[in-house]
Amino acid sequence: MIEFLNSIQNSLIYKNFFLVLSGLDNTILLLLISLPLGFVLALLFALGRVSKITLLSRTIASYIFVIRGTPLLVQIYLIYFGLGSVKFIRESFLWYALKEPFWCGVIALTINTVAYGAEIFRGGIQSIEKSQVESGLSLGFGKFLLLRKIILPIAIRKVLPSYGNELILMVKATSLVSLTTYMEMTGIARKIMAKTFAPVEAFIAAGILYLFLNFLMVQFVKYLEWKYNPHLRLNN
Amino acid sequence: MFKFDKLVFGDAGWGDEFLIATLMTLIVSILSMGLGLFLAIITVWAKIIQNRITRFIANFYTTVIRGVPELLVIYLIFFGGNAVVMSIAKVFGYNKYIELNALTIATIAIAVISATYSSEVLRASYLAISKGQIEAARALGMNKFSIFFKVISPQVIRHALPGIGNVWQITLKDTSLISVTGLVEIMRQSRISSNVEHSPLTFLITAAILYLCLTTISGRVFKTLEVNYSKGFST
Repeated sequence: MIEFLNSIQNSLIYKNFFLVLSGLDNTILLLLISLPLGFVLALLFALGRVSKITLLSRTIASYIFVIRGTPLLVQIYLIYFGLGSVKFIRESFLWYALKEPFWCGVIALTINTVAYGAEIFRGGIQSIEKSQVESGLSLGFGKFLLLRKIILPIAIRKVLPSYGNELILMVKATSLVSLTTYMEMTGIARKIMAKTFAPVEAFIAAGILYLFLNFLMVQFVKYLEWKYNPHLRLNN
Repeated sequence: MFKFDKLVFGDAGWGDEFLIATLMTLIVSILSMGLGLFLAIITVWAKIIQNRITRFIANFYTTVIRGVPELLVIYLIFFGGNAVVMSIAKVFGYNKYIELNALTIATIAIAVISATYSSEVLRASYLAISKGQIEAARALGMNKFSIFFKVISPQVIRHALPGIGNVWQITLKDTSLISVTGLVEIMRQSRISSNVEHSPLTFLITAAILYLCLTTISGRVFKTLEVNYSKGFST
């Protein structure tokens, strides 16, 4: 038994696991900034998309079209390598953020999730029955109150499953930031592989951690669905 | 900062290189989409036959691949694939060094990822076919083979086309990750060109435009196919 435990402790996966674990905080840091920011911006963009101001709606529609039509990797490279090569950006205050791979990653992830999120929220907002808005209006609700009390709660509740999907895609997308020399879990796994020449052990350790992170995300979304759908609970 | 004049065809510019790179992206996408659909059909089959072991394996495969970043899967197959192939070859008594070429590895890696998405789409559209249809086919004396090709697959294609179109877009965009393996597709080409010309913005914007064209045009193609395949639907 002790021999078995020792063999586990000496195994490469076990050692790699803790090395990769040291990159978990960097992955989570990326998510902690880009997800809340992306959520708020996505809501605002969705409202702009369904608004009656044609110019605003068209602009947001083309933004969504461009971001959803190009790979995230192109967006990350454009911000990290592309913007960094422009002289007046290097001399402006923006350079304090753009010289760090971390902030480039945060900006790229936020831009990406806003486009997908806005499209999801638009679907939710447009699927609200007209009668509910009308009953709100007949009660004398103003525009803002209508939004806060009727439209947003119903829309967000409806899109929770698909927004949960987007959240999981974002957890996976953080791995691409490793290509801009940012040392999160995939970056560390890559470094371990280069050192030990044992690719399978390094990447399985990282894979287990990503699965765990996504498992937590799924549980979080399930909890939100449970919390915001009290009428669908079987027994209170 | 912009050097769009470097995008001419011929020796002076990168136009022809980008054309070849775009074709490479398309080839990888089409091959891996095809292989992915094949894998997806096997996965769906493993999930719907009443067998616990195959269902467990199929569920494990889709859950793990969908829960792990695409980049990690590509790294694993790129760096670990050769070792696996060599150990399989050893079983058959072949001891020499084997190296898979980049295109093969790229196709396999993207196919493994895309198959998990396709399998969900195909499974949902299989479940949408009413059981009565299959029973009716059986009552007419059709065998399993013709039931699959004449009753099930036409309807699955019709139901699955919008979803498959989405998977195709995801697959097309996932091929950009293949650039880490050194295969010269759009992403890799834009990195090479920008390193030579010291103008990343030019070539990255070119790459973005090329991807945008590919996704838009293929989106149109899928729309046409959808219209074509839903002719029988009474709307």
